[in-house]
Amino acid sequence: MYVIIAGAGKVGWNLARELIAKDREVTLIESNHDRFRVVEQELEHAVQYGDASELWVLERAGIQRADLVIAVTGDDEDNILISQVAKEKYGVQRIVARVNNPRNLTHFKMLNIQPAVSATDLILRLIEHEVPEYGLVQLLALEEEHLEIIELEVVEGSLAVGKQVQEIALPEGSLVISVLRAGRGFVPKPGDTVAAGDQVLLILDPGLENQITALFAPAGAGASA
Amino acid sequence: MFILIVGCGRVGSAVAKSALDAGHEVSVMDIDPLSHIRLDRDQTSTWEDAGGRFTVGTALEVDGLIEAGIEQANVFMAATSGDNTNLVISQIAQRRFNVPRVVVRVADPARAAWYAEQGLQTICPTQVAIEQAEQVLLTP
Repeated sequence: MYVIIAGAGKVGWNLARELIAKDREVTLIESNHDRFRVVEQELEHAVQYGDASELWVLERAGIQRADLVIAVTGDDEDNILISQVAKEKYGVQRIVARVNNPRNLTHFKMLNIQPAVSATDLILRLIEHEVPEYGLVQLLALEEEHLEIIELEVVEGSLAVGKQVQEIALPEGSLVISVLRAGRGFVPKPGDTVAAGDQVLLILDPGLENQITALFAPAGAGASA
Repeated sequence: MFILIVGCGRVGSAVAKSALDAGHEVSVMDIDPLSHIRLDRDQTSTWEDAGGRFTVGTALEVDGLIEAGIEQANVFMAATSGDNTNLVISQIAQRRFNVPRVVVRVADPARAAWYAEQGLQTICPTQVAIEQAEQVLLTP
């Protein structure tokens, strides 16, 4: 697999290092000359100097045979352009783009640049993971596939407590895929019983969150995610 | 016509002034409040008194574009100093706000040519300069 990474900041440099350690072929592109010199000391020929939004720079890096392009510069417009050109001009199959300002995420989506990864969003999700009051944690959103995976805590006094998995009146389009109890996870059988304090993972069609939360939270508590 | 120009540099400000003179409604947006001076220079009245609009804002922030009137615009011109910024905001104008006529300034001839093939109306000052220089220098 051949990977081109645009932007040798902290994210790009470390990604390159990790991928090289996994024996991937990597070219990192950096437009700041001082930064390029520093990174070149370590990565040698795996880093090239140039503006990755210029077509000839991408071509020199061999974009025609790239399997994956990762756009992680500090500028969202650059990341959008690099991703768009990689995908639409050079037919690169897989793109990963970094969103620096979460408010720009809509632009990435409108221009079909997926997945677009925002560090702010990731940190926010980690915070939500640590704060049980949120009730529901979105673990993974498969937007193309219209599915998401969420984690919920089974709260004392909720409808699900003491019920077998098959007895929980889950809405059509959702499924319990795993139960985490006392630090261990298992895939439940229809007859397994859910207890208060369990964490359950569900896969569902987006939009069912509130119906599902109502089953696992005490009566009256709504989902806040 | 309502013309929205993002980027109040030499190109943006000059086009804005001639559009206003020609009787159009003109709104200009720039990240730098001081760029407004280009609209007033050599004029008998201020830009606002002459009927122009000016908004300070970052082009990628949709709120700023709306404040500058993108929803009413018949014509949108992206004339900031950044090629990538221009290419992104012109696509936002075209696809998200359905502005009928979008013009984008792109300094890099290669990117200008490719995006022109994709349906954007690009203006490439570099290409114009190259062609003029070739004509002046290479015509016997």
